[in-house]
Amino acid sequence: MLEVDQITTRYGAITALHSASLEVRAGELVALVGPNGAGKTTLLNTVAGLLRPATGSIRFEGNDITGTEPARLVRAGLALVPEHRRIFKDLTVEENLRLGGSTASAHDRRERLEEAADLFPVLRTKWTTSAGYLSGGEAQQLAVARALMSNPRLLLLDEPTLGLAPTMVDVVFDLLQRLREQGRTLLVVEQNATRVLQLADRGYLLRTGNIVATGTGADLAADNSLFDSFIGLEAHGREA
Amino acid sequence: MTKLIQTIVDGLGVGSTYALLALGISLIFGVMHLVNFAHGELITVGAYASYFFFLHGGSWWWMPFVIIGSAVLASVATELVAFRWVRNASPFTLLLTSFALERLSHALWQIFVSPKQRAFPKPAWVFNQFKVAGVSFEVMDVVTIAVTAATLALTAVVFKRTLFGISVRGAAEDFDAARLMGVRANRVISGAFAFAGLLAGVAACLILMRSPAAEPSMGSDWLLKAVIAAVIGGLGSFTGAVVGGLVLGLLETITRAYLPELAVGWDKFSTAVVFVLIAVFFVIRPDGVFKVSHAERV
Repeated sequence: MLEVDQITTRYGAITALHSASLEVRAGELVALVGPNGAGKTTLLNTVAGLLRPATGSIRFEGNDITGTEPARLVRAGLALVPEHRRIFKDLTVEENLRLGGSTASAHDRRERLEEAADLFPVLRTKWTTSAGYLSGGEAQQLAVARALMSNPRLLLLDEPTLGLAPTMVDVVFDLLQRLREQGRTLLVVEQNATRVLQLADRGYLLRTGNIVATGTGADLAADNSLFDSFIGLEAHGREA
Repeated sequence: MTKLIQTIVDGLGVGSTYALLALGISLIFGVMHLVNFAHGELITVGAYASYFFFLHGGSWWWMPFVIIGSAVLASVATELVAFRWVRNASPFTLLLTSFALERLSHALWQIFVSPKQRAFPKPAWVFNQFKVAGVSFEVMDVVTIAVTAATLALTAVVFKRTLFGISVRGAAEDFDAARLMGVRANRVISGAFAFAGLLAGVAACLILMRSPAAEPSMGSDWLLKAVIAAVIGGLGSFTGAVVGGLVLGLLETITRAYLPELAVGWDKFSTAVVFVLIAVFFVIRPDGVFKVSHAERV
């Protein structure tokens, strides 16, 4: 469904991603893990069209989408829940959702608003509240609901549990599970590596801009040497 | 008392023109972080369009369409030929581009029409007077307030209810997030310029009905006041732009009406007094009345 072929992405003189390749097949939940600054967000933002790769190509459902505008990718069925959620704080919950469904027909948009309210009961109670007043967990649910408004076949999620209370982390992992059961394909960047790898069909380990390991979620989670190095690096990064 | 009521009505009249212009400036600032110093030129475009329309036998019945239509087209055109190419440049570059457009507009009217004022007929009925409870008003006062109220109501509906309006507000807060929702950058920015042109066109109608004349640099004075109004309200805030415009209009007319009573010759200082008050206000509240949390400082 998604084939990322040796993409390199730079911010000015800094190369954040070195010739990274990965593949997501239809119906899979693929996890992308790695320490801070490894290039996970860069990879997702490049796939979603916010960044343009210097070299390499990206294919989605067989079509070359390298360097395509995000607005066109949403219409093609690929949506991103960005890092830090980036919900529109000045808009109400309903307005956030309507904007998420801006590419759908008026009829579909109305139907999906209803579905979103059913899937996320907490949002229904805050329908006309400015999104800036939502708690972290509510805001995360809104961010996912908003992305689902375009009815994407491939959903990219960047750190969906970042900054959430433990009970909300459970809610988000349940949600990932449910989305997979709905038949959506998911590519998830997650700091909570152990947990997301247990859930994932396959995983990729990214370190300093390079894909250093790949395998089934269970394999990666069980591979102590790789995992220790990852954890070690992360701890090291935090000390520095 | 009579004088006070008339002064307030006059103030609201001038203030609503400022408000419509300030709203356009805030709107463009929201989506592009551009303080558009060429915005006042839309009034000039409307004025010359009216002048040529009258030269070719036009009448006031069609004027609103001519003025608003020309302002909308000119606004969209400035984005297409100028601002689109510097969209991702620094706010300073954007500011300079708008200054260049303003100067260019002045020069073009001077060269191709005339540096002198070109007058055209006024609509006869607007200065008819009528009395309510001993206070006399002009028809134009009512027209100004009614047209402004209707335009503001339309603006509120567009930005609260329509997908276009929500897209503009979303893009103003976080442009990349709006793109991720499927909002097309070109379309939302063009639309914002078109709507700002519409608001400037309505303001131009009100201005030209009172003083029907075209002059190359006529837009600049209005622009300066409108920018001040937008900044008083908090750049990027729509409510702020309206409040800022009305407050500025009221301040101006009230100081002009009441300063002369203090001492002979004081009325000459009314503009100075207004600017001093504004300066003091910014010392107290540098971000304006309605601070926009996501607006970066320019």
